[in-house]
Amino acid sequence: MDGAIHSDDAWTVAGRRFASRLIVGTGKYKDLPTTAAAIEASGTEMVTVAVRRVNLSDRNAPMLQDYVSPSRYTYLPNTAGCFTADEAVRTLRLAREAGGWNLVKLEVLGPPPTLYPDMAATLLAAEALIKDGFEVMVYCSDDPIAAKRLEEMGCVAIMPLGAPIGSGLGVQNPLMIRMIIENAKVPVLVDAGVGTAYDATFAMELGCDAVLVNSAIAMADDPVLMARAMKAGVEAGRLAYRAGRIPRRDAASASSPMTGLIR
Amino acid sequence: MRGMSNTLEQLRLTVNGEPMSLVRGTTLAGLIAKLGLDTRKVAVERNLEIVPRSTYAQLVLEEADALEIVHFIGGG
Repeated sequence: MDGAIHSDDAWTVAGRRFASRLIVGTGKYKDLPTTAAAIEASGTEMVTVAVRRVNLSDRNAPMLQDYVSPSRYTYLPNTAGCFTADEAVRTLRLAREAGGWNLVKLEVLGPPPTLYPDMAATLLAAEALIKDGFEVMVYCSDDPIAAKRLEEMGCVAIMPLGAPIGSGLGVQNPLMIRMIIENAKVPVLVDAGVGTAYDATFAMELGCDAVLVNSAIAMADDPVLMARAMKAGVEAGRLAYRAGRIPRRDAASASSPMTGLIR
Repeated sequence: MRGMSNTLEQLRLTVNGEPMSLVRGTTLAGLIAKLGLDTRKVAVERNLEIVPRSTYAQLVLEEADALEIVHFIGGG
């Protein structure tokens, strides 16, 4: 582990400290061993998970927890598939009982083909969850007003989409993402749309606290290799952000001195 | 009379949306064991109320109970 890079640059959400600025989703992998290997390679410390009925007809089916240990990785249960505040609260109460964690990812989506965050329903669900004692990391639109409202309600992290879920289009609206970051006092994460390592780097260069990636790793030809790429991409973007990039200019500026030339 | 005594001894309930018959007096812990599940890896909702894990052994299931038994799976 490159502790030298990380040790002075951890981030904190809801009082929990993380060295890795990459959160990885556990969906869409071809099997659980690949899930485990990719997560290991990503260096992540937090993974998103879904809550679903146990399959009663296949009781010996392997379980995620056997491959991705909740004692090693912070599980972030999501509300995927919930379309109302009631469903989200019900799902996450079960997650809390199953895992014992209050930290959750709220996502209330509209229908395909956009799967865009349904912000009216998201705001209602966030309110209900916070009232019920949850610490809510919220997937949301790239709307600075809605993001601020979610923060004021008590959400512990704001997670606007970079592009539609699974689209791999990268950050489509960097201006709005930057505005959300500048206005927020809680961590801001780009949660959807990352396609390749460059997109994660770009999001981090904008000043995001972390990036959440699932499809881009899970659906890559080689998920383990892509997980490594995302780890490196996130670290590069974070370092570049901290280093402070040079201003863009519309004219060349020579890299070598123009004095002392031989004649 | 066998049928009648069966009816009396059997408990009909719904587990994850599927009808199920159990012996009367079965506890939630008993059902979870019968299903071959690890109590540490599941959570249970009974008639829309969360059942604390510490009470599984004491909870005797009742006629027409609706149970949801869930666990964590891969998700984004």
